[in-house]
Amino acid sequence: MAEDIKKIMFTVRKPPHGTIYVYEGLEVKLIMAAYDADISVVFMDDGVFAVKKGQDTKDLGIKGFAATYGALVDYEITQVYVDRQSMEDRGMTEDDLLVIGEDEDTEEPIKPQVLESAEIAAMMAEQHNILAF
Amino acid sequence: MKLAVCIYEGPYNHEASDTAYHFIQAAIQKGHEIKGIFFYHDGVYNVTRLMEPPQDDRHISNRWSALGASGIDIVVCIAAAKRRGIVDDVLVPNVRISGLGQLTMMAIEADRLVVFGD
Repeated sequence: MAEDIKKIMFTVRKPPHGTIYVYEGLEVKLIMAAYDADISVVFMDDGVFAVKKGQDTKDLGIKGFAATYGALVDYEITQVYVDRQSMEDRGMTEDDLLVIGEDEDTEEPIKPQVLESAEIAAMMAEQHNILAF
Repeated sequence: MKLAVCIYEGPYNHEASDTAYHFIQAAIQKGHEIKGIFFYHDGVYNVTRLMEPPQDDRHISNRWSALGASGIDIVVCIAAAKRRGIVDDVLVPNVRISGLGQLTMMAIEADRLVVFGD
């Protein structure tokens, strides 16, 4: 059966605020995680800002959703990656990334895993389908 | 090949809806199967019967409705639709409102999920 589970990747390439793509894209991830699919999420280009910690949308007058990213692991979305080049191009380091959950056993915080572009490309090649937001 | 199409953008404002439509027509002519069409984000505006474009322009929602009449499953995301005031009452025929689970099934069942939008 395991071979029948389809690999579906989400890419997040747009900044989190300014348009609704990333927010509604998050809703898709949460729903899809409930289905029999092998879900992964990659933040790249301006999408890396979506997983920057300390976001505050109060002055924008819109509902923030970074807190939901903090619960991705609770939704069983554990394959969460960030493109190193995109992050560094925007002056971000791993320290700037928000926590997406905690380890069940150790209660250690889990952060998105930083990958090289070539590693992400290799993962993309293995996907059944890719959804971009 | 089994194809599914997801459209992110509203009609007239953006070429995504037109490009998707032409893509689907071409794919059908080539003998591909369209597993479904899913409207998300502002794409939900594509299938309102309230639109009334100038007579010498294409009528985008009627065009989608005709495609639905041919048997292709056309789904509007309920969460995106509710947010934007799109409800059953304003839909053109041959289109249905349903959940993101439908998009999930399309992503799983289709050989390729083709997304049109920014």
